[in-house]
Amino acid sequence: MFNYLVRRILYAVPILLGVIVITFLLDNVMMSPNAKAARVLGPKATGAARTEWIHNRGLDRPLPSQFIHYVGHLATAQFGTSWVTGRDLREVFFRGAGPSLCITLPGFIAGFLASVGLALFQVFVRHSPLDRALTIASVALMSVPTMVYVIFTQAFLALALNYFPAYGFSYGGLGMVRFIMLPAVIFMLINLGYDARLYRAIFLEEIGQDYVRTAYAKGVTNSRVLAIHVFKNGLIAIITLVVAELPRLILGSLLIESLFGIPGLGNVLVQAIQTGDQPVVMTSVFIGSLLYLLSFILTDIFYALADPRIRLS
Amino acid sequence: MPDQSFLEIKNLAIDFATEGGVVEAVKGISFSMARGETLAIVGESGSGKSVTGLALTRLLPEPPAIYKSGEILLDGQDVLKMPANDLRKIRGARIAYIFQEPSTSLNPVFTIRNQIAEAIKLHRPEVRDLDAEVIQYLDLVGIVDPAKRLHDYPHQLSGGMQQRVMIAMALSCQPELLVADEPTTALDVTIQKQIIDQLRELKERVQMAIILITHNFGIIGGIADRVAVMFRGKIVEYGETHTVLSNPQHPYTKALIECIPQPGQKRRRLATIDHEALEAAV
Amino acid sequence: MSFSEFFNHWITQDLLVIGSFALVFWLLRAGARNERWQRAFVRIKRDRTGLLALVVVLLYLTVGALECLQIPDEGGGTRSILDVLTSSVKQERSYSAPFADAPLDAAQHGKLLGKHLLGTDVLGKDVFVQMLKACRTALIIGGLTSAIYVPLGALLGVLAGYFRRWVDDAIQYVYTTLASIPEILLLVAILMVLGKGLGTMSIALGVTGWVGLCRLIRGETMRQAERPYVAAARALGQSHRNIVLRHLMPNVMHLVLISAILGFSNIVLAEAILSYLGVGAPVGTASWGVMIDAGRTELGRDPLVWWNISAATGALFGLVLALNILGDSLRNAFDPKRT
Repeated sequence: MFNYLVRRILYAVPILLGVIVITFLLDNVMMSPNAKAARVLGPKATGAARTEWIHNRGLDRPLPSQFIHYVGHLATAQFGTSWVTGRDLREVFFRGAGPSLCITLPGFIAGFLASVGLALFQVFVRHSPLDRALTIASVALMSVPTMVYVIFTQAFLALALNYFPAYGFSYGGLGMVRFIMLPAVIFMLINLGYDARLYRAIFLEEIGQDYVRTAYAKGVTNSRVLAIHVFKNGLIAIITLVVAELPRLILGSLLIESLFGIPGLGNVLVQAIQTGDQPVVMTSVFIGSLLYLLSFILTDIFYALADPRIRLS
Repeated sequence: MPDQSFLEIKNLAIDFATEGGVVEAVKGISFSMARGETLAIVGESGSGKSVTGLALTRLLPEPPAIYKSGEILLDGQDVLKMPANDLRKIRGARIAYIFQEPSTSLNPVFTIRNQIAEAIKLHRPEVRDLDAEVIQYLDLVGIVDPAKRLHDYPHQLSGGMQQRVMIAMALSCQPELLVADEPTTALDVTIQKQIIDQLRELKERVQMAIILITHNFGIIGGIADRVAVMFRGKIVEYGETHTVLSNPQHPYTKALIECIPQPGQKRRRLATIDHEALEAAV
Repeated sequence: MSFSEFFNHWITQDLLVIGSFALVFWLLRAGARNERWQRAFVRIKRDRTGLLALVVVLLYLTVGALECLQIPDEGGGTRSILDVLTSSVKQERSYSAPFADAPLDAAQHGKLLGKHLLGTDVLGKDVFVQMLKACRTALIIGGLTSAIYVPLGALLGVLAGYFRRWVDDAIQYVYTTLASIPEILLLVAILMVLGKGLGTMSIALGVTGWVGLCRLIRGETMRQAERPYVAAARALGQSHRNIVLRHLMPNVMHLVLISAILGFSNIVLAEAILSYLGVGAPVGTASWGVMIDAGRTELGRDPLVWWNISAATGALFGLVLALNILGDSLRNAFDPKRT
């Protein structure tokens, strides 16, 4: 199993390299060094000032040399500064993760419990009209774009009825709950439909297996078969799906955060896109990819740990 | 005449609702068993023998199975009319099962100790030391070093051992009837013999009735008291094993027995069965 | 006549639209010769929800087609058939509520020129008509993107699954790298380079969206390649090309169809999100995403303007829901054991 892990990590290295190459190329294609200098220094800067700026950053060197420096910067976590706010990007990303998680973690946990519960219930009543109706409801939940959830709840629950603040965020105490309530619930809703259907399919696959027949033959009750036998087997697949979600939790939902004014990583990115803040976008790509790769490896690890057939071989 | 009223099947008919229409899997069969007796139900795939075995505790998924008519009387009580709670009390405690594929019939994520203990906890809650009880049954079915095996997972055992674990699990609730649905089909020939020998030994020690469902006439010789031959949902021959084997009456039984290759027989074509002609004869 | 004049001429465009529909139709007919498809077809006929969803999708396709097809008008330009059908609907000066008689803004005097089923937007255009016209945008983006990612994903998937070894490794490397980059970031980055527009959006979505299909087809191809019929074909001396084209591809096509339908719904949703982020459809094109984006500020107005965003949401929801249900029904039709 240790070998397996080492191989997985080694395999991730060329992928990370590929991502870095893509990021680097995109960065250079999107804007020429001149355009970048003009953007940062302002329209009034002279040609000489721009040339100096370009030279200081090594942007006039040949591409391969730039690339090596780029990798070096990334390796030492030197991401540069924002073109808009001038703040160090390390700080920006570090600060941004908190609010994102305040929304996504509660939403995710609630959503997980709800979708697993719903899926198990649907398997309990499988093939009945209730099952079909719940499936269509799940599909309906999936078919509504995020923005619509946000816009409508903001318009009605927040602005019109004033139950919750429509905008803003602050840490600490009960006040935070008011701010995260709507966004977290919406985050749960947008994933609920998809997850419930997926888990239902997983559990349905399990209930057709031979060991379930054996359990019934032993006299195990219907609910115990579902809650223990089927659930534990399905959990293996589900755990891997959950672990794969972790990067998305940290990166936050772009739409929810920007529409609710939550200062999380998603919002950081949206603002960067809208203002053309290239370093932020590029760093997001790199950090996002790093997180995804980590999650791929973690997924494999968890899968190996959870399934005794793999753990003990 | 030994008391035949332990298990009585009367005119059992079972249909399956499939996409292509309704399939009559079992077309009205009757037989009975005494306590401690061993009955072999022999037939090809599709003859309805497994369906019959599973029907004894309503293990068939409904839909698509439909119990059209008939009775399954266990000590006079009709299983088909029992409420769900009573049915669950019979399962495992009075009638237990072992199945064809032991590798998939055991739950892959639970240890064998937990799976057997689950059965014991369900039906014999008075047992205090579960580990000791599980070890005792593992030993009974011939598993070497059972204490070491307690916390193994099914995939860590060989096919033959997995089947023994299934038998141990079935026996742990001390059932009156063990239904063995093709217990050896998925195993190597040498292991097959071991399993059948094990069953025979258990039968003598534990005084348990056994229904042995198989397509292989060759394995029933030393173990079955009586045999029922099934063909396309009907019982075509029914009687004491040695009688049926030595003097089969029905053409299908004759054809089946002829199909068993005899060691030392001169080189000639293996016998085959003409189903359509037999269908007409049934 | 220059190439761009030729390409933008209304007859060429109409022929392209008709040609695309004909192509899809021809592909489906080719599929109908497949036995697996015929069995599924029988099952679908019994699925009433699925059939309803199919009808809804066809309805959207029809409306979209009507808007795509253009005919010359009196002024020397072109109008779409849909424009012709809705020519009786007048344009007002600005907002008005559904079925209202007078403009929303009390300061504007006078009556409205006509009845508007779902009111009018900021430019006075009838919202119902705009909603219908937006079907074209959804159709074009969905169609173009599918035309890119479906062949790409399916072909690479089959090649990876059949040839294995280095071909598989290479393809897996490419798509794992792509999949490691958060999708929305990649989309935005590509769009920033290529610029806004329906065409570039389709390219961006197509280039980032083929991974899922590729993985799916690769898995299924590997499963199929283990089957005896493939070994038999090879033993008979069939070339790789023939095995892939005549044996493997037909047996994975049903998965391609289902993915294409479900993918279409994701593409339509993605367009709405990209429009909100400002990298979507150019201003002026009728699109549900643009209407929803406008709705954001409109809901804050006093008096409240809710009909624009509701119409767009309703239309979007209807199409996406129907596509999802249709995809589900097809899945169950091709593999009933799943239910």
